[in-house]
Amino acid sequence: MSDFIQTSPARSLQNAAQDHFIAAEAPWSGIVRKGQTIRIEDSFGQQAIDTLFYRADDFSERYSNQDTMRMQGAAYIGIGTKIMSNEGNVMLTMTADSCGRHDTSAGACSCESNTVRFGHGTKYLHACRDNFVLEVSKHGMGKRDIVPNINFFMNVPIKPNGEMTIVDGISAPGDYVELVAEMDVLCVISNCPQINNPCNGFDPTPIRVLIWGGEA
Amino acid sequence: MMHLRRSPEEIATNRARYEEHQKKGLEFAPKALPGPSVLPAPAIDAASVIHQETIPGGWYWSTKLQRGEAIRVDQAEGSSTVALVAWNAADTSERINLVDTAKVQWTTALGKGRVIFSDMGRVMFSMIEDSSGAHDCLMGGSTAASNAAKYPGEKTRNTRDNLILVAVKLGLDRRDIPGILNLFAPVRLAEAGGFGWQGKRSNSGDYAELRAEMDMLVGFSNCPHPLDPDPAYQPKPIVITRYKAAAPTKDDLCRTATAEAVRGFENNALMQA
Ligand SMILES: [Zn+2]
Repeated sequence: MSDFIQTSPARSLQNAAQDHFIAAEAPWSGIVRKGQTIRIEDSFGQQAIDTLFYRADDFSERYSNQDTMRMQGAAYIGIGTKIMSNEGNVMLTMTADSCGRHDTSAGACSCESNTVRFGHGTKYLHACRDNFVLEVSKHGMGKRDIVPNINFFMNVPIKPNGEMTIVDGISAPGDYVELVAEMDVLCVISNCPQINNPCNGFDPTPIRVLIWGGEA
Repeated sequence: MMHLRRSPEEIATNRARYEEHQKKGLEFAPKALPGPSVLPAPAIDAASVIHQETIPGGWYWSTKLQRGEAIRVDQAEGSSTVALVAWNAADTSERINLVDTAKVQWTTALGKGRVIFSDMGRVMFSMIEDSSGAHDCLMGGSTAASNAAKYPGEKTRNTRDNLILVAVKLGLDRRDIPGILNLFAPVRLAEAGGFGWQGKRSNSGDYAELRAEMDMLVGFSNCPHPLDPDPAYQPKPIVITRYKAAAPTKDDLCRTATAEAVRGFENNALMQA
C-alpha cells in the first residue's frame, strides 16, 4: 500500500476524526456530519469501492444515481460533482479526486446478477449486494433500501452507441476522492469482492476511509 | 495493513474468462438483434385486448400485469416520454433494475430483442417490439425543481411526484421507487460523458411492446423528459394497451438473443417452477 497523500494542511493523518481500514471484500458504514470531509482511499490501487449514502436522520432520503447524472448532465463522477438524493437535495460535493474516473451507471455486483453475467457457477461468491444487505440491516434497513450506487475508481466507459463494458481500473495505489458532506449522512461501503471482471484487477485489496471535521 | 494478493495464475484465469464473456457480449448480440419494429404499428387482435388506457399529458397510471401479458405503449397523438417502473407483484422488494439491465447486456441502448432485469437476476420484461430504438435508462425523470427551472412560472406536473403517487397508492412508499426507464427519449452520451438528445424526436405513432415475464405491478408517468428540446410544457396523451401476448416460441428472440438473457430466463424458471 502507499503512503498518505495530504491534500490540505487542515487534513493530516494526525488530526483525522476517524481513520478506518476496510479489509478486502468487507463492508463498512459510518456517519459523516455536515461540514465534515470523507476521504476514500484506494490504498493498493485498481480497487472498485461501491458506496451508498443515506440522510442520517431519515433513511428514506438516499443517494440517487439518476438524479446525480441528470444534475451533472454527465454519466461520470468527478471533482465538483454534487451527490444528489432522491429528494433532489445535495448530499455531498466531491472536492478532490486524484483518479478522474468513477462510475454510477453499473451498480453493484450480486450473487444473482453474477449468475446472469458469468454463469450459474458464480452464484456462491461473496458480492457487494450481500455486503450492502448485511451493512444496512445494522441500521434497520432491508433489501428494498439498496439503490443503484456509486462505484468509486471503477472504469465503465459508455460509448455514444450505448455500448458499455467494465474495463481495467486506472487508479494507482493511494489514489483518493474527498467529499464534503452537505447534510449529515450515513455512508455505506462495500469494498468490492468481484473476481469475475476487471473492476479491481481480479484481486480485491483493502482500502482506507478517513473523516475530518469541518474547517473553521 | 497486511494483505495477501491473489496469485498471478488465478488472476490470469479470471481475466481470460472475462475477456471471453466480453467478446461474446459486445460482438454477438448486435448481430442477432433485428433493428426497429415496422411502422405503422400493426393492429392488436381485439380478442386479446384486456384493457386500454389513455394517460393524459402530465399524468400517471399503474396496472397489474400477469406473466404472459404485454403492454403496447403508443405515442398515438404525438411525441411524449413515458417513465416506467415495475415491482414483482409477489414480493415488491424485487424491482426493475436498470444498472443490472445495462451491465449484463453490455449496453445502455435498449430496443427490440433486449430484456429488462430485476435486482434478483431475473427478467421482468421482454422488449418484443420497439419502433424507436431510443430509450433512456440513465437520466431519470423530471422533478418539481427541474420543471420549475425549465418552465418558469408554469403550473406543471412531474415524474417524481407522479411516481410517489403511484407507489403510495399501491401501498408502497417513497423508498420503493426504483430507477426509471424512459421510453421514447433519444438520450446518448458524447465521448466525454455528457448527455445529449440525439436523433429524431420520436413521434408519429412510435410504439414499444413489453411482455411481462413475471406477475408485476407496473407504474407509468407521462411527463416531458428533462432533456426534451421542446421549450413549452405540452406532453401529449399516451395510449397503453394491455393484452394477452402470443406464447413465446422455442426460438423467441428475446429469450435466445444473448447468453445473458438465456441465463436470466433460467433464473425465472426456477422462481416459477
Ligand atoms: Zn462488487
